[in-house]
Amino acid sequence: MRVLDKRIRLNRRNFLKTSAASMAAAGAVSGGIVSIGATPAWAEALTVVKPDAAKTLLVMVRDLYPHDRLSDAYYETALASMDQAAAKDATLAGQLNEGAVALDAAARKLHGSPYAAIKAEKDRVAVLKSIETTPFFAKVRGDMVVALYNQPEVWAKLGYEGASAEYGGYIHRGFDDIDWIKDA
Amino acid sequence: MVAKFAMDDDSVVVVIGSGAGGGTLSNELAQKGIKVVCLEAGKRHEIQDFVNDEWKSFSQISWLDKRTTSGTWRVAKDFPNLPAWIVKAVGGSTVHWAGASLRFQEHEFKARTTYGEVEGANLLDWPVTLAEMEPYYDKAEFKMGTTGTNGIPRLPGNNNYKVLAAGAKKLGYAEFHTGNMSINSKPRDGRGSCQQIGFCFQGCKSGAKWSTLYTEIPKGEATGNLEVRPDAQVLKIEHDAKGKVNAVLYADSTGAIHRQKARIVAVAGNSIESPRLLLNSASTMFPDGLANSSGQVGRNYMRHMTGSVYALFDRPVHMYRGTTMAGIIRDESRFDPRRGFVGGYEMETLSLGVPFMAAFLDPGAWGRDFSSALDAYDHMAGMWLVGEDMPRETNRVTLHASEKDKFGLPIPNVNFDDHPNDIAMRTHAYGRGSAVYDAVGAVRTIHTPPYPSTHNLGTNRMSANARDGVVNKWGQAHDVKNLFVSDGSQFTSGGSENPTLTIVALAIRQADYIADQMGKREI
Repeated sequence: MRVLDKRIRLNRRNFLKTSAASMAAAGAVSGGIVSIGATPAWAEALTVVKPDAAKTLLVMVRDLYPHDRLSDAYYETALASMDQAAAKDATLAGQLNEGAVALDAAARKLHGSPYAAIKAEKDRVAVLKSIETTPFFAKVRGDMVVALYNQPEVWAKLGYEGASAEYGGYIHRGFDDIDWIKDA
Repeated sequence: MVAKFAMDDDSVVVVIGSGAGGGTLSNELAQKGIKVVCLEAGKRHEIQDFVNDEWKSFSQISWLDKRTTSGTWRVAKDFPNLPAWIVKAVGGSTVHWAGASLRFQEHEFKARTTYGEVEGANLLDWPVTLAEMEPYYDKAEFKMGTTGTNGIPRLPGNNNYKVLAAGAKKLGYAEFHTGNMSINSKPRDGRGSCQQIGFCFQGCKSGAKWSTLYTEIPKGEATGNLEVRPDAQVLKIEHDAKGKVNAVLYADSTGAIHRQKARIVAVAGNSIESPRLLLNSASTMFPDGLANSSGQVGRNYMRHMTGSVYALFDRPVHMYRGTTMAGIIRDESRFDPRRGFVGGYEMETLSLGVPFMAAFLDPGAWGRDFSSALDAYDHMAGMWLVGEDMPRETNRVTLHASEKDKFGLPIPNVNFDDHPNDIAMRTHAYGRGSAVYDAVGAVRTIHTPPYPSTHNLGTNRMSANARDGVVNKWGQAHDVKNLFVSDGSQFTSGGSENPTLTIVALAIRQADYIADQMGKREI
């Protein structure tokens, strides 16, 4: 049976992203002092979503669709697509930035710290539950379920092969190669 | 030589829609020497334009014009502006369909007689019997190259099918196989055989799956009697002083309005757009809409009882490899009210790619419960449950009170409430679906709610008596004798089977009737 290798490997795309991010972050620091709170390059690159909001949203999207085998890069790509949409839609931009602030406020109320600083996933999930009926939550959830899972790199990690016509379909590539069903 | 007819040519039959009903009717009439103008709201995409990418394809071929929803069905909550998942393109939803081609059972044509009075349902017997339909089913299966008929071998089973079949066998089911599919299992009718590509819903890249786009339509065009006009959104059907239809108003891609004269008009825009068009064609003579003296236009909207079961296994399946609907269990499609409901259902394998699985597995869900299922995507098998739902007068397509489309016409609203019979059937079907997979060692099964409707039926239904429905046994309007309905909206009841084969058989039969009536100068 032809199975897929779903292991995490440092592919070229991730490598470039990571190294570009480190370089940009280094360059962004004035006076050569690297502070721990430095804004990562991917958040810096967003057009209308503010850096602090971006950092909060990243953790939120990871908690919405947690895949421990996926690096942040895929979640960042998904968020970037939402930022692009918000660049053409001031209402959406406001909703995202204000939503992140409101999420932090909800987090402080329940756990006394900003959302991204809450250590345990179950505690962050409880905060998300408390805002589940807001339009902000619905918007982020609905857009991210498309943007995260519409990335071919994510498909490979989940064991989906994507387009097949250009490879001649699966007629010679395992459409019926299941080996643990003996009796069908 | 592709025909070109003048706008003022009043000898043509105008067919509205080019899918299973309209595309087939257009070709059948053209083959008989009858001149046809087929107006299609969507664009003409050919096989090379189709993409193996779920969201890209969705934007390319789906009917995305705004619609609204109401009622207690879950689709209204999850997809409030997408009640139906159908196609706006030449070929209609035969571009998107999975290919399942099943005949209705004898008792399903006699739903009212067989099921009796069901409270809250508007059941009626068809004015047609299986015996009358059989010769046309024969013709439809031959035309479409349906596997398991006409000596055409069934398709080989893929991994998803093998899991289903092993479970079916363990449970003692008797009738399960790779289906009656209008997908070539060997080259036939100028088209090649199935390459097990998957992506049947995105337009078949090999052309092995029957679609009017590359069978009926080019065959009709080759006669010189058929002109297909894409990008032609029909706005209104007009009539003369005697109440006979005589022209169709439509907008082209630039928004310019044209009036095509007609001897006969056949409506085949699927079960939301067809009643909408009749309602939007109201006039002083027909104040409640064309062909609507019964008040039944838009009512009795059916969408099949549906749901899906996805199962996770500890070993790989790769269900997405090969045909999307790769096999069927038929045992539950029998009539057996001891199960707590009337009507029956089919269990058919189904697969979605990761993008659609994320969107449809459990719309609105998030967190580890959800994402852990997707982590096991390659270990997943899936089936679709499709059964007969109850027609109800209050399940209906109406014109929106305030919202208009870009041509200033009211958009359609689709109101739907599940009947208690639908709910009882879905509960039973989920249970049996899980049992099939549990029998082969599933570690988890997930009950997925209905997708936006792919089988839209009943909104211009056939009836023996003019007061009970919109069209007679030939799909001819009770009120207007040169107006026909040629799509699934003419279904009197839904049956448990995927509707396309019946739509095609009815279109072939209707073409014979129209030609006969034209010959006799009746219409």
